[in-house]
Amino acid sequence: MKFPSLKYAIPIVAGVALSFVVTGTAHAVKSGGILNLVVGSKIPSYDGHIESTFGMIHPIRPFYSLLIRINPENPSSPTDFICDICDGKVPKGADGGKSYTFKIRKGVKFHDGTPLTAHDIVATYNKIIFPPKGIASSRKAFFKMVDSVTASDDFTVVFKLKFASGAFIPAVATPFNFIYAKKDLDKNGYTWHKKNINGTGAFTFVQHQPGSFVEGKKYGNYHHKGRPYLDGFKAISAPKMALRLQAIRGDRAAIEFRGFPPKARDDLVNALGDKITVQESDWNCALFFTPNHAKKPFDDVRVRKALTLAVDRWGGSKYLSKIAIVKTVGGVAYPNHPLAATKEELIKLVGYGTDIEKNRAEARKLLKESGHEGLTFVLNNRGVDQPYKVVGTWLIGQWKKVGMNVTQQVNPSPLFYDILRKKKNFDVSIDFNCQSVINPIADVTKFLGSAGNNYGSYEDQVLEDIYDKLQKAETEAEQRKHMRAYEKRALSDQAHMGITLWWYKINPHRSYVKGWKIAPSHYLNQSLDNIWLDK
Amino acid sequence: MVTTSEVRVESQIEELQEKRPIMVVIKGLLRKEPVGAAGALIVLAMIIMAVFAPVLTGYDPELNSFEHMLTPPGSQFWLGTDQFGRDLFTRIVYGARTALFVGFTTAFIGATVGLVLGVMSAYFGGRFDLIFQRVMDVFMAFPLIIMALAVVAIFGTGVQNVIIAITIPFIPRCARVVRSNALSIREIPYIDAARALGYSHTRIILRHMVPNVMAPYLIMVTAFVGQAILLEASLSYLGLGVQEPIPAWGLMLQGGAEEYAESAPWVAIWPGVAISLAVFGFNLFGDSVRDVLDPKLRSQ
Repeated sequence: MKFPSLKYAIPIVAGVALSFVVTGTAHAVKSGGILNLVVGSKIPSYDGHIESTFGMIHPIRPFYSLLIRINPENPSSPTDFICDICDGKVPKGADGGKSYTFKIRKGVKFHDGTPLTAHDIVATYNKIIFPPKGIASSRKAFFKMVDSVTASDDFTVVFKLKFASGAFIPAVATPFNFIYAKKDLDKNGYTWHKKNINGTGAFTFVQHQPGSFVEGKKYGNYHHKGRPYLDGFKAISAPKMALRLQAIRGDRAAIEFRGFPPKARDDLVNALGDKITVQESDWNCALFFTPNHAKKPFDDVRVRKALTLAVDRWGGSKYLSKIAIVKTVGGVAYPNHPLAATKEELIKLVGYGTDIEKNRAEARKLLKESGHEGLTFVLNNRGVDQPYKVVGTWLIGQWKKVGMNVTQQVNPSPLFYDILRKKKNFDVSIDFNCQSVINPIADVTKFLGSAGNNYGSYEDQVLEDIYDKLQKAETEAEQRKHMRAYEKRALSDQAHMGITLWWYKINPHRSYVKGWKIAPSHYLNQSLDNIWLDK
Repeated sequence: MVTTSEVRVESQIEELQEKRPIMVVIKGLLRKEPVGAAGALIVLAMIIMAVFAPVLTGYDPELNSFEHMLTPPGSQFWLGTDQFGRDLFTRIVYGARTALFVGFTTAFIGATVGLVLGVMSAYFGGRFDLIFQRVMDVFMAFPLIIMALAVVAIFGTGVQNVIIAITIPFIPRCARVVRSNALSIREIPYIDAARALGYSHTRIILRHMVPNVMAPYLIMVTAFVGQAILLEASLSYLGLGVQEPIPAWGLMLQGGAEEYAESAPWVAIWPGVAISLAVFGFNLFGDSVRDVLDPKLRSQ
């Protein structure tokens, strides 16, 4: 018997091995079951285009699709994007990076049966990028480079940019950019999606019992064939962390997508052993305090500088990381990114010096100079334990050390946002910049007074000009240079806002939850279409 | 006709009564109401803690001290420290201020407003009484905590709003009890006499009826203080009451006890003990006040 030659044998063996792997994987995935997840915040509204909270994205994202999304198999990568509603591969920029053409999948239908076309994508992105006056759009500033969005036919969308920008594709992949039906926007207006849901996501909306749960069931016509694996999901509202922990411990819920502090992780692992799987990651999320520039004395830069000088970030990192989901000292950009400041660069900024006593002496001096010794004010905070209330309590202690007298007003999420967005009557508020896709050039728009999610009530043309240069910078070195200037202006020279610490993500979940991979953001990878239950 | 000797005897009796030493009075009360005395002792201890808090402890109840976070009870920190490194004994002592302030304020305002409204309702009677009592029925249909939660939901969190939230449900409870007493007083001839003399409604209510329903009022006040402390602790525990970093017992339970109940149980135990003792003390004291002031119970 003659053996086949090596050149045939290798492909044959590889093919057989691959078929085993594929078959094995296919067999491993089990369909069916309901995923119970716990959510630690309430839903201010269903509209992804205006909201910035996990309280909305965790229960609502599974009902919607995006044009493109991060690769659910590789969510940690800041550059690995795949098509969701678009067809084929994510397009490369044409015309010197100033034109992007997306082919749209055919046969996709909204949950109400309306076929999806390129016109729905155009209407959606026009709402996000060019909202009419009076209509909020939290990520409008991400798309400063966009000149127009048009449909060249029913299944082709063209984005024309004013200038080439590496921040464009990550901005499109932002998980808040839910695709809405043009028909809904035309017929019901731009606020209809605050209280209504009609998407093309993996699950259809069943019910929402406010303060209790949101329920979704498998969408049979989902455009990623064979998915979702789950029959449905139930997002249970549990604002108290202890309740969420006990829910997982008692198997009333399988997962919490946001994150627990180290202590909670240790308790769960000690109690449940291998029934718990822990995934950890750095987190593209920073906790701020935002002074209201429209209110005296916070219009005075000396007072704002005193606020930031009083905060011991380096000490806080050491101790707070033991009890809260914060850890890293950083500037405006995601700390592990090449565009982020090094420690040497950071310590030159106001409030980042390692000699805290010197910083605090300077803070007291500035308060005295401005005539606000013993400054008394109210800190507006969000009624979510981690990290808001913990860090809020820590901040009050820090400010007290320079003679400030601060009380805390903790509000449930809807009221907290109402105060930031509509009433705007706060003194200083806890604020955050939690972004999804790591895209520092877009993420730092939060500091612009013109940004939809900036609540400081200030205008700073110098900062806007620096940002324009940053956006148009072509090389990394150039981007880095402008990023430092931007950071210095926002955090140091004007102290528009103060960054406390960046977050650290710890996700302990039931080991039977498969298919979900941790991302550097609690907003990412939340379509739930890749999750299955090994029960 | 009163003779000089009778007057002298009466004044001697009064002098004797006045000169009765306080210790004798206390001893008498202790013998008659030992349980109530124990309650009074707890209440007194709380008041001393609240008033002399800065003398009793050298630590700042609000200042973070992370190098001492979650230190077990010992010689430096008698009751241990919480997750922010704050001394628990200090926070318990200062927490008594919050508890008593909220407790006394809400009990006094709630009971007093209830007293006036209850007496008014009984005095005017008729349609006013009917409508007023139905309104009270509506308020009383809600359990205390639900009513307080609803009020906090409307006004928001914070000490002031907690006081409002707890005071409102107390009003109908006191008004109902006081009204039933005032109804019988209204039928006594001296009220008719006061009317015949042309006294105003306000004068009759405040000077002639209210003093005669003070016994149930005082009983209600003492009972309300304990309930108010428990309610404040409940609201704070739910995150709807007093906010960090103000020391308050319910908040101390909410802030760290849930997370650290297993690894640092002292964080949960001491605020729990403080709440239990305070409520227990006020309830015992309130019961005894009722026993002393209620003529029926006194005769038994």
